[in-house]
Order: sequence, then structure tokens, then C-alpha cells
Amino acid sequence: MSALFQKVIRANEFYVFLVIVAVCLLIQVRSGQFFTANNLVDLANAMVVPGLFAIGAFLVIVSGGIDVSFPALASLAVYAVTRFLVDSHYEGGILLPFAMVIGLGALLGAFNGLFTSRLAVPSLIITLGTANVFSGVMQGALSSVQIAKIPPAMAEFGRSSLFVATNPVSGLTSSMPVSFLILVVVAAIVFFLLRFTMFGRGIFAIGGDESAASRAGFNVRRTKFWLYVIVGVIAAVAGLIRTCGMGQMHPTNLLGMEMMVIAAVVLGGTAITGGTGSLTGVMLGTLLIVIVQNSMILLGIPTFWQQFSLGLLIIVGTGISALQIARSGNGLRAVLR
Amino acid sequence: MSECVLAVRGVSKSFAGVQALSDINLEIRPGEIHCLAGENGSGKSTLIKVISGVHDPDEGTIEIGGVVHKRLTPVEAIAAGVQVIYQDFSVFPNLTVMENLALNTELASKRKLVNWRRFRRIAEEAVAKIDFSVDLDQLVGKLSVADKQLVAISRALMSDAKLIIMDEPTTALTKKEVDALFRIILDLKARGIAILFVSHKLEEVFEISERFTIIRNGRAVATCLPEELNRRTFTQYMTGRDFEDAHFQVGELPPEPALEARALTVTGAFSDVSFSLRPGEILGITGLLGSGRTELAMTLFGAYRPDAGELLVKGSPVRFSGIRAAIAGGIGYVPEDRLTEGLFLERSIGDNIVIAQIDQLVTRGLLDRERKTASAAEWVRDLKIATPDPENAANTLSGGNQQRIVLAKWLATRPDVLILNGPTVGVDIGSKHDIHEILRELAGSGMAVIIISDDIPEVIQNCNRVLLMKAGRITDEIDPGTVTERQLAALMTGESDQEGKH
Repeated sequence: MSALFQKVIRANEFYVFLVIVAVCLLIQVRSGQFFTANNLVDLANAMVVPGLFAIGAFLVIVSGGIDVSFPALASLAVYAVTRFLVDSHYEGGILLPFAMVIGLGALLGAFNGLFTSRLAVPSLIITLGTANVFSGVMQGALSSVQIAKIPPAMAEFGRSSLFVATNPVSGLTSSMPVSFLILVVVAAIVFFLLRFTMFGRGIFAIGGDESAASRAGFNVRRTKFWLYVIVGVIAAVAGLIRTCGMGQMHPTNLLGMEMMVIAAVVLGGTAITGGTGSLTGVMLGTLLIVIVQNSMILLGIPTFWQQFSLGLLIIVGTGISALQIARSGNGLRAVLR
Repeated sequence: MSECVLAVRGVSKSFAGVQALSDINLEIRPGEIHCLAGENGSGKSTLIKVISGVHDPDEGTIEIGGVVHKRLTPVEAIAAGVQVIYQDFSVFPNLTVMENLALNTELASKRKLVNWRRFRRIAEEAVAKIDFSVDLDQLVGKLSVADKQLVAISRALMSDAKLIIMDEPTTALTKKEVDALFRIILDLKARGIAILFVSHKLEEVFEISERFTIIRNGRAVATCLPEELNRRTFTQYMTGRDFEDAHFQVGELPPEPALEARALTVTGAFSDVSFSLRPGEILGITGLLGSGRTELAMTLFGAYRPDAGELLVKGSPVRFSGIRAAIAGGIGYVPEDRLTEGLFLERSIGDNIVIAQIDQLVTRGLLDRERKTASAAEWVRDLKIATPDPENAANTLSGGNQQRIVLAKWLATRPDVLILNGPTVGVDIGSKHDIHEILRELAGSGMAVIIISDDIPEVIQNCNRVLLMKAGRITDEIDPGTVTERQLAALMTGESDQEGKH
């Protein structure tokens, strides 16, 4: 019992959770609007896309790399698929768009994977490069413009809801999108992958010590390659969900999200150096950032302060976890005893 | 001949025209503890890689368990029972002990899914093989170096090893941990497992090795029994040079001390440390890890502030506010880990030398490149650093030459007192002698030198006085002329333990 308590107290996730509770209470006290049914559903809705991206970014960071190309990858995959479907006057169901986006996401992910697994170049540099290639192809070769009218199945998927929550006081309604289920399913699959497959343990092992991983018998190249393929698929699916949700394809809508997503992952206790972190932490980190972004409005704080407070949150959040590492590791105290 | 676990016959290997190994022969019998000795760059690592299947030999064969291989893959080597325990142990610091122990076995049996109960069973079986008691759920990164090594050993045993190759296994261990390791090795021997022990420290391998193979410049120069070796012949085989084992003779000493400590105390690290050091002396400070020797060095060098007591440089009391103040006050410090604390490996040799005296090379607020180059060239010459060009990066040099740069770096400030912490840890025998030579010369020219080291022969041979530290106090002062290495070792580890506590 006390061992479990100790473990909880030491876990980074616990502190992120405390911060979330504090932020929620603060917003509730100031606005009285936080714990309303429609606000909670709005938060869940806003979690979907950053949450999926965060899962992908988390996988790469755990393997000891860093990926900044996923927004560009998602934009390119979704833009190409939407453009093709619109041009061919597609009237069918939602499955084909998903299948095409997944295929294209896998292909673009494989592009990342090929370079990162073959070249001894840091993945940050490689994905900075591929991010530019992806957005260059989208904006140049496909001469991307905003597509105002997306195929009906996609628009309909964006509108479909699991249930509708109503705020009894203001009468405002919010609907829980079906895509929230996708987040849940992806999180469950990735959890299983990381915890119960040798492939998943290989990702952690590579993040811990790459040469030890290859000596132990992991196929480091193959693991890395498939890792980027999976991340490409997750990112592309997130992109499609965003486009469906908006009811239009805005090619540059996702670009620039990478920093916020990586911040969420790190805030959730994932070591930027690789090897450690948990999905729970990632989800909590994303939730915290989404709450702060969404709830500034409830507090009546001008939106331009959002960037400022997000930045502050990231510095404080990662600073605390750095302090924890210093305290638990062989810090000054260990030297002086 | 078939009773050999391993027989390397006539193996040669070259890389890009450089002959790393030529015509190496090596035989290891079941249950034999065989020592492979050689300086850094002698070809030891290449030979291990050939045996473990990482490199293919250009010529020759490797016979494992009676099967002759012309070339070998790592998987074949492991299947034949050859296991390597690397110097860094090749463990995953971010994973638990259990997972570290189980992963290899599971990968070898080509499992795709993780069964945590089976992981635990494998791990329990692995630690049971050497009676290693450890929390299986602890992260390996939080274990001590010795425990990490035990994790690596238990893991190696899981694959039915017949030969375990240990690459420099004693480097980061304390004496006590080395003894524990040796007990385990003897236990493995009793079970018929052969050990190939790779080392360049004679003192440590001598008591346990049954046969030695010494390689130099890629050739096996000797295979012999321990009776046929002593320190001098060992060194000769390793380096191809002959060194005198002479004790340091102190010259005439001026009466005023260069450095004096009076009841120096850092709470929690050491207390009531007093000594005085005159120019021309080499003072040894020795003690086990955790005895406070490193903290004392850091205090003398201004990195820690003393809580009580006094420090005097050339007779006047000083209170260093930090490392820069200590440098200005005439103290030089050569840190313990030459790679992480002492050198900018990517920068040029010249840059590394001048870094500590960069303030003196400034003309009108700008760095004077000509003076910098001249100063660097002077030191490269004075310290006999083997490089064609001081502009080459520091990591192009061998370990011993790197150590020379670190020395040059701190001598560049012309200190009155030079403190060296573990000056020859991980350094070749040849370079070690060279460094000792330099230190003696420096003392001869009137510098006061402090060697902090747990290398007993090092302090006995090179110091004119040795202070022994235990639990944060100086417990003995020893005259190396009358005390033998064995006596000092006994003082350090055991016998007088109880007295030390009072």
C-alpha cells in the first residue's frame, strides 16, 4: 500500500495531474463555467487532434529521436487525398478517405523512416528537411489552395456526434464527435504495442541505448523504420479528422503545431533524451495544454496572452521535472552526501 | 586440440591498409581464466570483435567448441556460447533489471509478444545463477556500477555461455567490488566456463589469471604463465620499452610550504584535514572511493568552500570564491575523468592547451592568434605531445597524449601547486610512465605536486609522502620508502577499520 503510494508520489504524471486540478479549480472559481457539461465535451473534442499528434511525437521521442515533420506530413497526405476525391466527385463513404490517408501517411512516414534508419543524422535535422519537402510538395507541386467544399462523407463524419451535451444555464450545446473514439482506440493500440510487444520494448530499448539494443539482438533499423511508418499513419489520421471537423481543407491549418505538441509530450514527463515516458503522462500533458488554450476565453483573458501563458507553462513544467531528475539522481547532494 | 573452448589460429585483420591484427594465435581451455593484455590500440578490441563475430578476419580461422569457422556472425558466436561483457555493460539504463535480463533471451527465441510473467521468471533464474540479490523492478540506471556489471554477467549466463569475454571489467570498480567480481569469476570457472579477461592493469589480473596473452601492435608477443611474469617484464611486453621501477627521490626542499591546510572541514565530506606541502614535494593522498579524497581535492581547487579551517598558499591565508580564484591563486587541478571533465575533444590540441591561460593571450581586448599559436607550439614541444600539427583535434590523440594535453592545459597557468586526481586512470602503461616522469620533472623544477589516487603502486613510487584518508579524515601518514604496497593496501581496506572510526 505505502509502496504504491510512494510510486504515485514520485511519478511525474501525478504532478501534472495536480496542476490540471489546480488550473480547473481556478477556472471554475473565476468563471463558474468550467465544470459544465458542454465545456467538458468541448475539451474532449479539442483533445482529439493534438492528442493523436502527441501519441506520434511521443513514440519518436521515446526512441531517442524527435520528429517535427508530422504537421506537414498530415497536411500533405490529407490535402492530396481531399483534392483527388473532390476532383473525382467522390460520393462514397468515409472508409475510402481514411484508407487513402492511412496509405499515404504510411508512405510519407516510410520516407522519414528510410532516412532516419539508414543515415547517422539526428532525426531532428532529417524531419526538419522532410517537413519542408512535404509542405513544398503540397504548396508547389499540388499548388494547394483552400478547398471550401470537401466530399460529403467527410463533412458528415465531421458533424457526426456520439451525444450532445447542453449547458442548463446558458443553453449552449456541444457535441462529442465520433472521432474521439479514434483517439481512444489509437491510444489503446499504442499502449498495447509499447507494453506487450517486443517491437514496443525495442522502441524503449533503442531510446535507452541504441548500441546496446543492437547488441541485444533488436533489429534497430527495422524497428526505427516501422516506427516512423506508424507515426506517419497516426499523424495523417489526425489531419483527416481535423479537416472533417472543420468542414473544409485548410492546407496550412496544422503547420506550426509541432512545438505545442512536443511541449505537451515533454510536459507529461517524457524525457526529451529518450527512453522514458508514459502514455498517461502524454495524455495529461496534452489535456493541460488544451485546457489552458480553451479556458483562457472562459476567464476573459485576451487570446494573445495564450502564447505567453503556454510558454510559461512549458518552462515551469519542464523545469520542475528537470529538478526532480536532479534530486533523484546523483545531484550535488550525492556528491556532498 | 579439440578440448579448447576457443582456438584462434593465424588470424589477421586490416582496416583500410592498417594492419590491426597479424597472425594471432590464442587458445582457451574450458574453465580457464585467460588474460588478454595490451595497450590501447594494440588490437585487443579488434581481436574481441573477431571472436564475437563483429569483424570477419582477413586470414586465419576461429575454432569454437571444435567447429572451425572462417567467418562468424554475432548470432553464430552467441549460439556457440561466446558472450562479451562490454566495458559499458551494454545495459538499458531506462529499463528495469527484469527487462534487461529477459530481453536477450526473448529476442534469441524470436518472441514477438511480451509476457511479463515469463520475463520475471527468466530474470529470477538469471540472478539465481550467481546469487545476485537485487530488486528486479529497479531501473538499471539507478544501480551502482558493480551491480550493473552483475546484471550484464547474469544476462550473459542465460545463453548457456562457454566463454565469457570481459572487456576491462575492473575499471570502474572499487577494490571491494573487484574482490566480489573475482569470487564470481572463480565460481564460473568451477562450472567449466572459460573467462577471457581483457585488461591492461597487471596488479588486478595477476592474482586471478592462469595464463596471459599479451599483444602489441597487433601481434601476440607472449603467451605465458603468471610465474613467468613480473611487473617489469609485463610492461616490457606491453610497450616494447624498458622502464626503471625507481622510487621518486625528493630533492632539497625550501623551508616555506607552498600549500598548507589547517583543520580544513567540509561538512559531510571530510573534517579536520591538516597537512603542509613544500615546493618540490610530491604528496600522495589515497583512500577508498567515498573516503573524502575527491571532495578534498575539489576544496583545495576552490570548487567547494570549506566550512571550517584554513587554507594557506605560500604562507598567506586564502579563501577561494571559486575555481577561477584558485587558478589565480596559483593552484592547478587535473580532473579525474580526462574525457568529460578535462578536454574539449572536438577542438584543436592548441585550443585545449591555451584555454586555461586565455586571459594572458589577449592584446587590446582581442585574442592574439600569433601568441596563441606560439604558446601552443611551445607546450606541445615541452610535453612531447605526439602530433604532427597542434591544429588537429584533441580526439585524434591516444589516451596518454590526451592526458598530456590536460597537463599542458593546467601547467599553462604556471601554478605553484598542481593537484592531480587519478592522473593515470584508463591510461596506457607507457603513457603512465611518461606522465609520472613529467610529474617528477615538475617537482624537480620546484613545483609542489599532489597526487590523489587509489592506485597504490602509483602513489608509492611517485610520492615522497602519502596521506591515507578514511571516512573523511587523514588516518595515517606513510613514508613510501619504508612501507610496501601490500602494507598500504591493508591499511586502506581492512585491518585498521575500527580505529579509523574513532
